[in-house]
Amino acid sequence: MPSDSTQRPVVTQALHFGAEAARQDAAHMGMWVFLASEVMLFTGLFTAYALYRLAYPEVFLHGREHMEVTLGTVNTYVLITSSVFVALGIAFIRRGREWGAGMWFAGAVLLGLTFLTIKGVEYAHHIRDGALPGAHYDFDGFAVPGANLYFTLYWVMTGVHAVHVAVGVSVLSVLVFRTFGGAFGVAYHTPLELGGMYWHLVDLIWLFLWPLLYLV
Amino acid sequence: MSSAADAEPAVPAEDYLHAERGPWSWLTTHDHKRIGVMFLASLLLMFLLGGGYALALRMELLTPGETVMGRLAYNRAFTLHGVIMVWLFLIPSIPSSFGNFLLPLMVGARDVAFPRLNLASFYLYVLGAVMTLWAILQGGVDTGWTFYTPFSTATGTDVLPVLLGVFVVGFSTIFTGLNFIATVHTMRAPGMGWMRLPLFVWAIYGTAIIQVLATPVLGMVLVLVALERVAGVGFFDPARGGDPLLYQHLFWFYSHPAVYIMILPGMGVISEMVPAFSRKNPFSYRVLVWSTAGIAFVGFLTWGHHMFVSGQSTFGSGAFSILSMLVAIFTALKIFTWLSTMYRGSIWVNAPFTYVLGFIFLLFFGGMSGVAVAVTSTDIHWHDTYFVVAHFHFIMVGASLMAFLGALHYWFPKMFGRRYPESLGVGAAVLIIFGFIATFLPQFLLGNMGMPRRYADYPEHFQPLHVASTAGASLLGFGFVIVAVYLGWSLRHGAVAGRDPWGSRGYEWLSDSPPPEFNFHEPPTFPDRPHDYAEREDRPEVGHAL
Repeated sequence: MPSDSTQRPVVTQALHFGAEAARQDAAHMGMWVFLASEVMLFTGLFTAYALYRLAYPEVFLHGREHMEVTLGTVNTYVLITSSVFVALGIAFIRRGREWGAGMWFAGAVLLGLTFLTIKGVEYAHHIRDGALPGAHYDFDGFAVPGANLYFTLYWVMTGVHAVHVAVGVSVLSVLVFRTFGGAFGVAYHTPLELGGMYWHLVDLIWLFLWPLLYLV
Repeated sequence: MSSAADAEPAVPAEDYLHAERGPWSWLTTHDHKRIGVMFLASLLLMFLLGGGYALALRMELLTPGETVMGRLAYNRAFTLHGVIMVWLFLIPSIPSSFGNFLLPLMVGARDVAFPRLNLASFYLYVLGAVMTLWAILQGGVDTGWTFYTPFSTATGTDVLPVLLGVFVVGFSTIFTGLNFIATVHTMRAPGMGWMRLPLFVWAIYGTAIIQVLATPVLGMVLVLVALERVAGVGFFDPARGGDPLLYQHLFWFYSHPAVYIMILPGMGVISEMVPAFSRKNPFSYRVLVWSTAGIAFVGFLTWGHHMFVSGQSTFGSGAFSILSMLVAIFTALKIFTWLSTMYRGSIWVNAPFTYVLGFIFLLFFGGMSGVAVAVTSTDIHWHDTYFVVAHFHFIMVGASLMAFLGALHYWFPKMFGRRYPESLGVGAAVLIIFGFIATFLPQFLLGNMGMPRRYADYPEHFQPLHVASTAGASLLGFGFVIVAVYLGWSLRHGAVAGRDPWGSRGYEWLSDSPPPEFNFHEPPTFPDRPHDYAEREDRPEVGHAL
């Protein structure tokens, strides 16, 4: 007979029969699984990137020359800083400093909006140049076979990422309001932790997009 | 009436069906059992619709030339048959209905980890289904359920709502899987280690991992096809430098594992019923668990066998061929374990067990033909013929539908507290199994003779086999009608079931039938190992109750 040594030490009772600890345990688990599925969502795009980079190596070498590396790099720093803010916010709420936590999260929201603004400026430049995806591609400065695919990938990858940033900003904004409303404290701050995890993922994905599209 | 029913308390506690009343209490419920029942009802509706299309297709194929519909109508009918059956019935069938209902009961929890997300998952499913059905009203789609590019980006029919509908249903699948994983990890009853999980829970858990990891890839590829239609992005369009093969790789990366989303829960159902009706412990609990994990893992590495004739490299085809055959090894482990469990068991042949036998036969037959089509050389002969149609219907429909019907009968008393007429149940099961074989066995022969799939017309010498197939489909349809009638009747008029009418040692039967609102009156402990029939003589109420 197998022993009962596999019994979980932390959660001794099933959720709803047990304590808040069990609930938080489940929430974190769920968020990790959700983040795994988000990574798989982007995997399709990374696969497409790898395939078309193999098919059109020249295009991808020269494509990045038409990117505004400065704006992309600034955006990277903006996003990393916002992630630090979120981490600080979590550290604050764990010590019971609700006001500070709210401020750090609000700062992260502002940086998220900054990111979207800079991205919008970049997009405006691309639209001006005619570097639109697929059938609408009309960029004289870079008219070789496959060039449209580079820009299409750029639009779709950064576009899907921007949607995630927008969702993240909305989530963090709600969390800011709830934090200032006194919903969270030392005892209960699971939503802040989960929102933070999501924001870190958004940041992490950009850390892959930035070198692939702007640098290498 | 069995002695188990006599053991019922004089004043039954409020069960989940009666804890709250009115339609609104159902539509806003967070109770996993009610959500499971709502899923079940919606799924059966979709099955009816998809089955209607199937019968229409078989009618058209009764004679060469135009029988009941034109060619465009035929293309639309087989597309919607596939879309509805695959996306709206088979994939969510067992996990969303029985998984939802039983998983918390089996691990001893009061609900799933995220009850509100669970309800959201149901409404996402409904939304996706409505979007897909809306496309039917718009005139339908003619791409086939696979939405292969470049046809799906070029056809004049309205593909967009179907793509978006399937995308939304995908989210429902992801949320359901996520919920199950978190529930199994964090909400097991005290003392329930991983190796004490019921086998159905293991199967649902393995399925959930596939759901969570594969479905997002499908979501992305559907978005790309939608973008291709709307903005002409050109990822899959050779004229713009894109590659249609990329679509196939991404699509099958999801859609092959999706076959295991359909079959693994079925295997879990069978693993519950075989010990219950053989009155024996599973021959090897661990083999059943690890083969589930093996299928879930290898399932991710087999997608290329859909692309043997697409022009992928010979090495790639060979590798995918070998990896695909690995699935057969894990499946065989399961089949041998079930058979060994039955060996010298005290077998009770009733309706669920009849479906078990049907399942094992169809899984074996469909699986062996699967090994045959996994061989690259033979696949070139059978590719896109009725042989493949017959093969995947044996697995996806034959096996997983048998498991679904078996589950429906086995857990019907649990869900509704009533029994159904057993003799009718066995009769209908036999009719369905033979109807199924009569429908799809001729299709193996048709395919081997060269009848291509997706064609509305055929040369005259194929007709006898098509007639046989259509006749089988009629039997099959008739069988379903019988099941629908007596189960519907039993909902109100069936004999009261009692807590454990099968004498099963599954954990779910430790609760009342139907269970109370929060599953258990007090935190449960499960002293026995799951599927422990060794001590059955100690329980006088256990026996062939009917």
